[in-house]
Amino acid sequence: MAALLQHPCYEEERLRRVADKLPCREVQAGTLLSVMGGPEQHSFPSIFIYGHRASGKSHVIHMLLRELELPHATVSCVECVSVALLFEQVLLSLFGCDAASLLPRSPSLSDFVRIYRQQCSHSPAVQTRYIVMEKAELLRDMDANLLPALLRLQELVQDNVTVILLSEIVWDKFRPNTGCFEPLQLHFPDYSKGELQQILAQDSHPSYSAELYSSYINILLGVFYSVCRDLRELRHLAALNFSKFCEPLEEGKVKESDTHKLWRNIEPHLKKAMQTVYLREVSRSFLLIAAYLASYNPARTDKRFFVKHHGKVRKTNFLKKHEKTSNHLLGPKPFPLDRLLAIFYSVVDSRVAPTASIFSQISSLVTLQLLAQVGHDDQIDAPKYKCAVSLDFIRAISRTVNFDIVKYLYDFL
Amino acid sequence: MSKRKVKEAHLPIGECISEVQRVLRERFCHQQLPERLEGVDSQYKHLLELLRRTAVHGESNSVLIVGPRGAGKTTLLNCALRELLEEKEVKRNLLQVYLNGLLQTDDKIALKEITRQLSLENVVGDKVFGSFAENLAFLLEALKKGDRSSSRPVLFVLDEFDLFAHHRNQTLLYNLLDVSQSAQTPVAVVGLTCRLDVLELLEKRVKSRFSHRQIHLLSGMTFPQYLQRVQTQLRLPDGFPDARFSHEWNGSVQTLCEDKSVEEVLQRHFNSSKDFRSLHMLLMLSVSRVSTANPAIRPADLLEASRMCSADPKANILHGLSILELCLIIAMKHLNDIYDGEPFNLQMVHNEFKKFLQRKSHSIYNFEQPVIMKAFEHLQQLELIRPVDASAAKTQREYQLMRLMLDQSQIMEALQKYPQCPTDVKQWAMSAFG
Repeated sequence: MAALLQHPCYEEERLRRVADKLPCREVQAGTLLSVMGGPEQHSFPSIFIYGHRASGKSHVIHMLLRELELPHATVSCVECVSVALLFEQVLLSLFGCDAASLLPRSPSLSDFVRIYRQQCSHSPAVQTRYIVMEKAELLRDMDANLLPALLRLQELVQDNVTVILLSEIVWDKFRPNTGCFEPLQLHFPDYSKGELQQILAQDSHPSYSAELYSSYINILLGVFYSVCRDLRELRHLAALNFSKFCEPLEEGKVKESDTHKLWRNIEPHLKKAMQTVYLREVSRSFLLIAAYLASYNPARTDKRFFVKHHGKVRKTNFLKKHEKTSNHLLGPKPFPLDRLLAIFYSVVDSRVAPTASIFSQISSLVTLQLLAQVGHDDQIDAPKYKCAVSLDFIRAISRTVNFDIVKYLYDFL
Repeated sequence: MSKRKVKEAHLPIGECISEVQRVLRERFCHQQLPERLEGVDSQYKHLLELLRRTAVHGESNSVLIVGPRGAGKTTLLNCALRELLEEKEVKRNLLQVYLNGLLQTDDKIALKEITRQLSLENVVGDKVFGSFAENLAFLLEALKKGDRSSSRPVLFVLDEFDLFAHHRNQTLLYNLLDVSQSAQTPVAVVGLTCRLDVLELLEKRVKSRFSHRQIHLLSGMTFPQYLQRVQTQLRLPDGFPDARFSHEWNGSVQTLCEDKSVEEVLQRHFNSSKDFRSLHMLLMLSVSRVSTANPAIRPADLLEASRMCSADPKANILHGLSILELCLIIAMKHLNDIYDGEPFNLQMVHNEFKKFLQRKSHSIYNFEQPVIMKAFEHLQQLELIRPVDASAAKTQREYQLMRLMLDQSQIMEALQKYPQCPTDVKQWAMSAFG
């Protein structure tokens, strides 16, 4: 059977290793590789890879770049709050920290191109250099000239460089008014149900057989596939609920082969889990609740509300010493990030599995103007926030997650 | 007279393929200059004459090269320059400054770049100038030859010319064009732009200093000429190391272009756009499929490349939605039909969806509010629906008004292609359109 991943410029063995790590994405990897071409050949100046979240775009391109040892720079546009970070990241990855340090403060695109060209003349590209931009849709919100310039970077810097943009938004929504250099578009299709089964079943648990896990995945997909086809979310759900699935096995009530009984045990649980399936949704609500509490509760009361087994607190202490002016009249107070996180983790308890995207959720709350960022620009290490929503709003949010916020508000003691 | 037999070099097939890829990629991806330009003879002559008048005869000039994206403006200029620079005098004397509207976003940056490209950084040093005009005059003065008799001619190329018109007071344009009208320094100002209405963007005082000379690259190509161009673009040049392979390849290119299905595909591409760039993308995708197992471009390769180029991205995205998300879109479509395109919010969509659920006893689709909310949000993240009012962040999410960014045909097509779409969902979708 001919391997799908083949290229005259790369060893077969190497490509086979790469293909093994990209299950169900061999066709896309093959197309991408053929477009990229051999390392010394030119490729199209810009390539736009689009497809749903968790469809393997980032995974495939990075696997190819790493395993085939091609020079590249990766930029996550989410993290680039300013273009300077973007330029720095590219110069650093392609040319080293000396080049990155040549950037002036608040560099313009002109500075970036100039330095790139200088570096190129010292070390011209022997192999195609790749610049991968993740969440490329955010480039639309940056300076208007950035996206069109990146699309034709090859021409502007006169170097063998290709810019690869990754996004879940279609290209039509990127195109500037007066047009631009059209990138080559590659679509990464969604995984089919069978492919999801195949990939998820690979994460088998050491203590149980592969067949058991496979039938578990089958049941999981049966429940969730109609609402969720995101591989990452499904993987998360699978990990979360597997122990419950195995409960009857652990307790010795059923055997591995009693699939029907196992199904009967887990199915209602999974259906209920669907409410909290969107843990990001829930954790975002809790984040906002924590922010509200941080804004309207004085810091010194945190221990009373949020530390378990705090022991007896003398209530009189609070009432006597300070004039009880309602914080709700004074408005929200700023709080540092670590206080927010502390309250968040205490409030959330075990209800929400920790996700890595807390910070991106915080920035999304800021974007939605539910949180306001305060403080000076040079306090980058210690950002402060303020909660910008009303009491009614936060009470509504709390209702949706079954949390009694009033119990935790100092003003309502 | 003995015929000298040229020793025919034969490379192994793998190396031939690599070489083909290298050559064609240089042509399609790297915008390599062609040996001869086709179909733009008069424009080429006009531009060359103009540049020569500045470079050789010391005349100042300004011209705009106007044409849609991918029409070949930069290629035209670079070919003309290539010919011009073959003359020793020109090569020795002519100075070139390249500015790009995307990079030099204001006049200060532009001035720095001009200084840098003229290698006058040391001459300028720390001087501070009162105005742009002063600075520019200083630079041009510094270019004068030692005996002060004449100055070296300077070519200013302004790519994305229309963007310079957005600078404050159009100072750069005003000063450059002003210099091109005075007799001091021989200066040629060549602007490249894709905007046909570029002159409307210029202020009166700037416009009056412009020579109003425009070179248009609006293609009047016919389909047979287009086919011919495809052939020329795919042919290997004479200097190819393996002559036999090159001969075979060129033969296969000819056969390819005579194929009926290929002609159809090319006709479709020709109808949508005649420019070089989209052609290069199509050919690049076809060439990328060439390998040792497949050493020539077959009609199937071109067809597949065409399919990739003309795929509807939104349809592709719709294919990957969950069935719940698809149902929500159908509900939105129904609302659009009933209420004539009025914006909707999640509550309304959920309501409409519930009507469908009530008609059938479909408990499997009876999802709770948070799940529906999340599906709705996902559609928003994909920009398939968009809030009517950008500042609607203050309203609660369930009540934010949205619009659907898909049309009827896209939704129906998506339903046809959707994997294992339940029949009742399809019927529900059809019911509104019947």
